[in-house]
Amino acid sequence: MSLDAATVRRIARLARIRVDDAEVETLQSELNAILGYVEQLAEVNVEGITPLSGGAQMALRHRPDQLSDGGIAEQILANAPDRVGNFFAVPKVVE
Amino acid sequence: MSLLNLTLAQASKALHAGEVSATELTTAYIKAVEELNPRLNAFITPTPELALAQARDADARLKSGTATPLTGIPIAMKDLFCTAGVRTTAASKILSPFVPPYESTVSAKLKAAGAVTLGKANLDEFAMGSSNITSAYGPVENPWKRTGSDAKLVPGGSSGGSAAAVAARLALAATGTDTGGSIRQPAAFTGIAGIKPTYGRCSRYGIVAFASSLDQAGPMARTVEDNAMLLNVMAGFDEKDSTSANVAVPDFTQALTRGVAGKRIGIPREYRLDGTNPEILALWDQGIAWLREAGAEVIDISLPHTKYGLAVYYIVAPAEASSNLARYDGVRFGAREDGHDLIDMYERTRAAGFGPEVKRRIMIGTYVLSHGYYDAYYLKAQKVRALILRDFQQAFTQVDAILTPTAPSAAFGLGEKMDDPVTMYLNDVFTVPASLAGVPAMSVPAGLSSEGLPLGLQIIGRHFDEETVFAVSAAIEKAAGFNALPELRAK
Repeated sequence: MSLDAATVRRIARLARIRVDDAEVETLQSELNAILGYVEQLAEVNVEGITPLSGGAQMALRHRPDQLSDGGIAEQILANAPDRVGNFFAVPKVVE
Repeated sequence: MSLLNLTLAQASKALHAGEVSATELTTAYIKAVEELNPRLNAFITPTPELALAQARDADARLKSGTATPLTGIPIAMKDLFCTAGVRTTAASKILSPFVPPYESTVSAKLKAAGAVTLGKANLDEFAMGSSNITSAYGPVENPWKRTGSDAKLVPGGSSGGSAAAVAARLALAATGTDTGGSIRQPAAFTGIAGIKPTYGRCSRYGIVAFASSLDQAGPMARTVEDNAMLLNVMAGFDEKDSTSANVAVPDFTQALTRGVAGKRIGIPREYRLDGTNPEILALWDQGIAWLREAGAEVIDISLPHTKYGLAVYYIVAPAEASSNLARYDGVRFGAREDGHDLIDMYERTRAAGFGPEVKRRIMIGTYVLSHGYYDAYYLKAQKVRALILRDFQQAFTQVDAILTPTAPSAAFGLGEKMDDPVTMYLNDVFTVPASLAGVPAMSVPAGLSSEGLPLGLQIIGRHFDEETVFAVSAAIEKAAGFNALPELRAK
């Protein structure tokens, strides 16, 4: 399976990364090299195998759904590129 | 003897005996950083004032009798650990303005033990790389040189700054993180020791996430004992990390003198790859001979799915990265590029903020998780990952530990292996399987190549059996008697 230029553009769009036309060709050949390499997994028989999602050898814990922290709006907003009062500010979304 | 030549264990003793103060030791390291960091680029952000203030606190603790074995020990902190009030970049442009309001659990534990932080160490951007060349803050130079050559070599990656700092005497020890080999391969390339503990052993809270099912913090230092002393403090259950293991932490230093008599050591035949450098294979054979002489029983084993490890890794890690790195959108923290609407702002911010390797991995990850391809790539990789874990589980019914080389070559030159991404990925061929299975693995310096560069051997253990890993590593270290030093080092 080989990616064409349109697919590379579609992936970039899904990943929210702007790519210009000059980059598409490079990305296309690099991504295809990686996909070509991982193709070898096709030969492995995985019938009846349960997929392994994590490295932990245990089930995830439960915890009570309770507030444990808060009241630190100023700390949270301190790194914001743009803010209005106690809100993160972004370009206008709705006209 | 210069203070810089003490091991962590020796420095700790000298501090507790009052033979040296934390301020003296820290000052010596700050001078070393000032002298060599402009060339090696091992630190992105040195923090000398902070280090001196911490050293003064350490001296007070040493006097008052409340000191721990790490009190007053100057270390480098990989710039992937969030440090409250100190800029944390993950070696990415997108995090260049980021000053965390909170502290990672591992760095907090080291701080609480009284360790002194000399600064934030360089790494591959978001820990994605095997040579430290993807850092937005410039590459790190390996302090080692090929005999008779001044060519710049890479220190390995992603914890390349940590490794170079420890090897060149710019820090007594360092923290690293390992997702597919990022502690072990740079340790091997710079002639130091480093351990990736069992997945879940050290908290991931506050570590900038790359691939959450693989990321694991660990120490890097000059000796196996120094690593054990550091892991004693770094390990432990943390409620703030949902995959943190609630498992008792033993005193790892107690395992160092156990020896290997009667231990069964597995030698996986699938690691003997066609075309592997004969020097690497010879060192491996030497390691086998050392363990046999020390009384271990050596057993040939099979890890049949080894050859698929890299392919699984280069689906699973990018998939998780594409999800983890979605948070860098220019809204809540980090750098922003303006755009004419919200989507345009996201796309420009991420295009300007991420380097080429990070973009590649996000895009591969996005693709393998996308509709229509998820089953063929991601689900398939997770199933093969299960088989890789099963290989290790079956092997560990026959053996107590596994011995392999750490990396397929010695350190290579800056600019080499750049033809395509896959060539660079092959560096991780021996380290990735243990990461996928979540088992602990350590690299120990074991010899020099014909070009005078350090080579490492890897010791892999059962889940949560770092003690056996330390015991076998200490035996290799003792037999190897590795005492070569890099050409570039503070004196």
